Amino acid sequence: MSTQEIRFSGFGGQGIIRCALITGKALALYDDKFATMTQSFGPEARGSACAAQLVVSDERVLYPYITRPEILLALSQEAYDKYYSELPKGGTLIVEQELVKLRSEHPDLRLLRVPATRYAEELGNRLFTNLVALGFFTAVTNVVTADAMKKALPGLVPDRFLKINIKAFDKGYEHGLKLTGQNNGGDAP
Amino acid sequence: MKTKPSGVSEQADVRASERHAGTKTTSAGVSEQAGVRASERYAETKTVAADPRGVDSGPHFMDGDHALAEGALAAGCRFFAGYPITPSTEAAERFAERAPEVGALFIQMEDELASIAALIGAAWAGQKCMTVTCGPGFSLMVENIGLACMTETPMVIANVQRGGPSTGLPTLTAQQDMMQARYGPHGDNAIIALSPDSPQECFDLTVEAFNLSEFYRVPVIILTDETVGHMHEKVVIPPADQIKVVPRNNYSGPKDSCRPYKFDSQGGHPMVRAGDGYNFHITGLTHNEKGYPVMTAEQNKIVVTHLMEKINGNADEIIRLDEDQIDGAEVVVVSYGITSRIAVKAIQDARKEGIKVGSLRMITIWPFCEKRIREISAKVKAIVVPEINYGQMVLEVERNAAGRCKVVSVNHCGGAVHDPQVILDAIRKASQ
Repeated sequence: MSTQEIRFSGFGGQGIIRCALITGKALALYDDKFATMTQSFGPEARGSACAAQLVVSDERVLYPYITRPEILLALSQEAYDKYYSELPKGGTLIVEQELVKLRSEHPDLRLLRVPATRYAEELGNRLFTNLVALGFFTAVTNVVTADAMKKALPGLVPDRFLKINIKAFDKGYEHGLKLTGQNNGGDAP
Repeated sequence: MKTKPSGVSEQADVRASERHAGTKTTSAGVSEQAGVRASERYAETKTVAADPRGVDSGPHFMDGDHALAEGALAAGCRFFAGYPITPSTEAAERFAERAPEVGALFIQMEDELASIAALIGAAWAGQKCMTVTCGPGFSLMVENIGLACMTETPMVIANVQRGGPSTGLPTLTAQQDMMQARYGPHGDNAIIALSPDSPQECFDLTVEAFNLSEFYRVPVIILTDETVGHMHEKVVIPPADQIKVVPRNNYSGPKDSCRPYKFDSQGGHPMVRAGDGYNFHITGLTHNEKGYPVMTAEQNKIVVTHLMEKINGNADEIIRLDEDQIDGAEVVVVSYGITSRIAVKAIQDARKEGIKVGSLRMITIWPFCEKRIREISAKVKAIVVPEINYGQMVLEVERNAAGRCKVVSVNHCGGAVHDPQVILDAIRKASQ
């Protein structure tokens, strides 16, 4: 696969754009890939359905927008409702387990669910939801390495919250490994 | 008003060389006295390494707007006056955020008219300066950009284009201000405009814009767009010692030979800094080399010829193009900015179908690459010009192709980039 298109979506305030920024930085700076990130602007980025798009490639990205995302991360009902039908057969759908009520079991898709908000609350603050989701995303897709993601965090999360954000990432990552039956013996790399 | 482009250039060359020959001795003499560089060629002008304070070296994942601000700081810009407007605001924010640590000054002005006025003042006070805006703000800046052209005041203005006219589409992309950049101010004048296709080029071309602006003492406009301004990609900022910067050239010679202007159709002339003790005058009126008003037809011819020819007569030195497989091509796609990336996708697909397609990406928009279009138009079946406007730069292509080949406009109103398929269809049709 030389080019992959990914959509991160949720409601404004969940850290959706930050998700795409972290992943894009990880890919472009530490995983030796080309990544182009575009995002929602205007009122939707501040409360309503919000989305950020990432095009990932082994070669220079020419067309900067996504045309047919293979991976959708939906952290809210509205985002799921709005975007799930874009996924092609065999596409990967990642939803927030407790915030998204599925319209079907999506037999044509690879469906994965993560209780990101609950895990974040267990870590002390639901602000970490996006990092739990990113850890999960990293574990269940082959887009980006966990190592690169962690290297990308400084500068994109406040220094004083770096440790707890890494913890949130690991939580999601481990859950993803467990769910997909990958090596779940040790700590996340 | 039809003029033969070749005729204009020939005349221009003659004018420029005459003047050049006539003033060479004086120029060298003054320069030696003043202890400033004597070079009249941009490529040979003295450069220095960037001031490390302004250079945030290393790889970044950054949007185009932020890269504009970083490019300015790397180039030595220490004064920014602007008024925030989507989609350029992030550039102002970045500059404002970095200004204290770099030792730069950021002022949020009351409006865009005042922004350019402040830049003109800052430039004559010795600062390299910039502002950013988009269409509605640029319209307000136009009057004072004319003053900057007339007073030969260096500055860099980035127009992060959004859909117009008027307030149009605040958050959506366009390339609709291409002609406004060139023909905005009244009266004959010439500016330089560059168009980046990525955040990386937003950085690189902003440094270049400052260098050109300092050398030719002219406003340089960066014509980018919402897509490039808002998209994040990898941007590598080189170490300071690898960034070449044209320093401000301030006159430092004896008082009686101090001249803020030299009308010889060339760049490379020193400015005079306010406060350095020299008496000089700066005005939008037609003036002599001391800067004092001389409102005659004869003097206007001298000044306007200089303003036009220092840019158009040096077009070969200024223009940068990115060409691919033009030799042997049946069709050449001429594009710029974000559209050139969309076009490459279409070009690749057309080549797979066996069509011989070349690509010419204009990095420099103004002065326009007249000579190259004339050459290409004599050899190809058609030139295809996709752009996110109702057809602007295509007019320049048509003018210079002058009927030698078909010119196909793939225009597209603002709000979104082209579907590559539309460009592919145009290439197919043009190749038949």
